[in-house]
Amino acid sequence: MEKYRIDPSKGLEFGLYTLGDHIPNPSTGERISAQQRIKEIIELAKLAEEAGIDFFSVGESHQEYFTTQAHSVVLAALAQATEKIKLSSSSTIVSTLDPVRVYEDFATIDLISEGRTEIIAGRASRVGNFDLLGYSLRDYEELYEEKFDLLLKINEEEVVNWDGQFRAPLKNAKVLPRPLNGSMPIWRAVGGPPASAIKAGYAGVPMFLATLGGPATSFKRSIDAYRQAAQMNGHDPSELPIATAGFFYAAETTQQAQREVYPHVNQGMQLINGQGYPKQHFAQGADKRDVMNIGSPQQIIEKILYQHELFGHQRYIAQMDFGGVPFDQLKKNIELIGTEILPAIKKYTAQN
Amino acid sequence: MKIVGLSGSKVGSKTRTAMDYTMKAAAEKYPDAELTLIDLAEYDVQFSDGRDYREYEGDTKYVAETVMEADAIIIGTPIFQASIPATLKNVFDLLPAGAFRDKVVSMLVTAGSPKHYLIVEQQVKPILGYMKAQIVQTYVFIEEQDFYRKEITNDDVLFRIDRLVEDTFVLAETYTKIREAKEAEYDF
Repeated sequence: MEKYRIDPSKGLEFGLYTLGDHIPNPSTGERISAQQRIKEIIELAKLAEEAGIDFFSVGESHQEYFTTQAHSVVLAALAQATEKIKLSSSSTIVSTLDPVRVYEDFATIDLISEGRTEIIAGRASRVGNFDLLGYSLRDYEELYEEKFDLLLKINEEEVVNWDGQFRAPLKNAKVLPRPLNGSMPIWRAVGGPPASAIKAGYAGVPMFLATLGGPATSFKRSIDAYRQAAQMNGHDPSELPIATAGFFYAAETTQQAQREVYPHVNQGMQLINGQGYPKQHFAQGADKRDVMNIGSPQQIIEKILYQHELFGHQRYIAQMDFGGVPFDQLKKNIELIGTEILPAIKKYTAQN
Repeated sequence: MKIVGLSGSKVGSKTRTAMDYTMKAAAEKYPDAELTLIDLAEYDVQFSDGRDYREYEGDTKYVAETVMEADAIIIGTPIFQASIPATLKNVFDLLPAGAFRDKVVSMLVTAGSPKHYLIVEQQVKPILGYMKAQIVQTYVFIEEQDFYRKEITNDDVLFRIDRLVEDTFVLAETYTKIREAKEAEYDF
């Protein structure tokens, strides 16, 4: 775990992630400017750090209703604006980028942040980047596998010799600058079904598992499959961290939390995926067994501890700003995390 | 209420003829409804390539989005080679999983042989169920002998079309009421 800068004795890490979505507030129909949204993301990371949150990450989606397409640039601003919170992408779509440039950017952010930077590399669940950046969706899988491998190789080797299908070969290439401590944690982003988790396990890389909604036990299958695949391929699963990521929203009561956030989640899904979030499913999300962490602080604490017992994961990453949630409400959430949720989670998951 | 009629074939005229009767019956009985007939013979729809339905262009985008915006869909289909035509299956394939959630879907079928009667039960209903449709269980099955020169000559078929239209509207209204009542209980 040390290689990935994770100290299990300190308990479950708690993080925030944003997709950088840029969606009107459903109650007013108004949308803040892209500039304001980006500045609020930077402000959010600062507040998260003050509240003791361990981790903050930013995603890239290349289509309408998003603002952080240049997510590494936003992360560079965060590196300068914060001092101790860990920073990452969530995710970097390495498939349609040059892994050499990705590494140069993130190693630079790691230097600016003094060794706090990580990369979560994914394949994209929204595929606007393929057309925009000149790639074919037909190569979806192969682009990712090849470029992710190259990214890992650059992380491990200071002098790289490589050739592949989607990029010019590298001959005795030095990819510079190097990160502060020689390498960075690089995670594989994984969606729901076990097939993708198994690939992460075979490669022996940390897994970032998206768990938006549904029973926690369903995601447990992906986690088991990941560890089993790692073991079978000669990696030690106890050395491989797992992060889960999903919807989060806290308010004084579970009912209030649902009432405040449902319109945002529903409209956000409608705009970016073309279908809203069914109320019936959302209502079931309040059940302790559902992986969605929306509710009162006490309810959320119980859920996260239940998930931790089930998954044995090292980091939970909350998405609470989806669908144009006003900044005041985000601030209130950070306060509840810092004063109530975080202390309880650390207390019960730290290994003393 | 938005009702879309979907005539699922590029071949022949019987399904379109039956759909014209159906849409006419709907317009007469429910003048306030917003009715749209999509005859796939009149559109150039590409094969599904897996993208988000809103990212298609031209006719493909129009067909996918119009179906997604409907409250109820009346599908008309012939039976080819003991199944539905590829054109109709392609419309299903263009749409996301769960595309028919909160929608009522009903069907009329034209066929050259009575042996095809159960094909809707065995092949179409499983697709609609998977896509979360509320299905009008009874469908109108129309044979070759019920048509004469683009007219339906069997009064029983005409009565059944009227009942199909009525069932589609009644169920759509009822499911909307049920859903609204259920959602009101959630208080969020």
